[in-house]
Amino acid sequence: MNTFILTAYLLASVLFIVGIKMLGRIKLARKGNTLSALGMFIAVLATVIQVESISLIAILICILIGSAIGLIIALKVKMTKIPEMVALFNGFGGLASLGVALSDYWLNTQELHLKIDEITGISVALGIFIGGLTFTGSLVAFLKLNGFISGKAVVFKGQHLLNLLLLIMALGLMILGIMHILTPTYMLALVVASLVIGILVVIPIGGADMPVVISLLNSYSGMAACATGFIIGNYVLIVAGALVGASGLILTQIMSKAMNRSLMNILLGGFGQTSSSSSEADGSEITIKEVGVEEAAQIFDTASSLIITPGYGMAVAQAQHVIRELMDICEKKGVEVRFAIHPVAGRMPGHMNVLLAEADIPYDKLVEMDKINNDFASTDLVFVVGANDVVNPAAKNDSNSPIYGMPVLNVEEAQTVIVSKRSMNPGYSGIQNQLFGADNCLMLFGDSKQTITQLVSELKELE
Amino acid sequence: MSLETLLILIYILVLASFLGFELINKVPPTLHTPLMSGSNAISGITIVGAILASHTLGYSQLSKWLGMTALILATINVVGGYAVTDRMLKMFKKKK
Repeated sequence: MNTFILTAYLLASVLFIVGIKMLGRIKLARKGNTLSALGMFIAVLATVIQVESISLIAILICILIGSAIGLIIALKVKMTKIPEMVALFNGFGGLASLGVALSDYWLNTQELHLKIDEITGISVALGIFIGGLTFTGSLVAFLKLNGFISGKAVVFKGQHLLNLLLLIMALGLMILGIMHILTPTYMLALVVASLVIGILVVIPIGGADMPVVISLLNSYSGMAACATGFIIGNYVLIVAGALVGASGLILTQIMSKAMNRSLMNILLGGFGQTSSSSSEADGSEITIKEVGVEEAAQIFDTASSLIITPGYGMAVAQAQHVIRELMDICEKKGVEVRFAIHPVAGRMPGHMNVLLAEADIPYDKLVEMDKINNDFASTDLVFVVGANDVVNPAAKNDSNSPIYGMPVLNVEEAQTVIVSKRSMNPGYSGIQNQLFGADNCLMLFGDSKQTITQLVSELKELE
Repeated sequence: MSLETLLILIYILVLASFLGFELINKVPPTLHTPLMSGSNAISGITIVGAILASHTLGYSQLSKWLGMTALILATINVVGGYAVTDRMLKMFKKKK
């Protein structure tokens, strides 16, 4: 590598660091993203000028195809589908790292018949392994989020044992592959093993644990890029990969803390499936009170403070735009409207914030759990839209509940709580929500988008 | 790879990881999604490796085809990731 290229990579690394730093501040975030994109552009440019002219056209065509596909997906995707898209892109990144690792290995050992040293061998094995499991893991997450396969935790007998055996096998294949570096069988078997492991480790994880999984897979894709950096001895890959790996790990940690569960507990999966039977067995059936749209509108009309608590159901119903109309009409009446955002509401970290921003709701109206939890007691009305487990008081007072200990929003402390919900189906944890049986809680059944639209027109008539 | 080169690479890895932890630690929850999709785009840096993997030897070689496939995938990751992050961040507005 000559000085020019090394300097370009250094510049790219600096731009990534500054970019990520700015992504953490709302006012600078967009600029930060642009700077980081500029860094990527410089890194790509500096790399492209090194290639032989025979390959140049093919490379540019590949870049063109990839850019077109990426742009179309990014510009067309609905904001409610962002978690799916991030999962998919992440999978592509993982597969690309696997491709690079395998390509480099194949070139040296099978085509040039060179013996590569152990250190490069280890990097190749790691690149294949992490890249492969990132790919299929992200793909399963994507399919789960999209509803192509059940979002529920898929568990079967001996699952953990099987995973353990597969992991040991993969480790064995890595060692064998490095020892017999010229025999491709082991490395190819490692590819298969890593793909299978990726599927098996994400399959048992339930839909609502997805924020943690997506963060973790994001971190893995960084580590995979890092491993390819070690294979080709490229600094910018290592720096960028490490930044992403570290940031993904931090988000993972924040998410698991918000659920008061250890990362291990989430990864082992099957949450809810095992516990649902016991909570059904205790037979504590709750009586709920239903409310119609007209009556709900009356309650909205008399309230002078309102906190809206959105959850994944809001995303499914695409209700964010009508919620904005509701906010506007309430604010016109002089009602103080705020939004309470639980850290794991939705299917990825910050999912609710993006949806509400899409509906043009100013971000300073969105309040984090810790900052708003003491305000519920002095609030007239809480409107829960498609949230369930994050507002279940059982997390605070029922030590038998599987979600016991998870920090939740204290919505039940408000004067009145109205819950917009499609049906009485329990949340992903499979447990009844104590909130729904509370004296001050009213259920507003139906598709959130439709019921809130009706609610808004009722409120307009009341003016 | 010599041990010395390896140590330099590990040196970079360790420092960059610590930097990553420091940078992300205090990001407000509002920005978690854009941060994730933005960093996801950065993980597409493997595109550099893919370009280098696509540039050697002739088209009859498997390594070249693997490299070119990786290149398309990494480009989708990079371009799509940055574009969607920008689209999201454009929406974040303060109260007028």
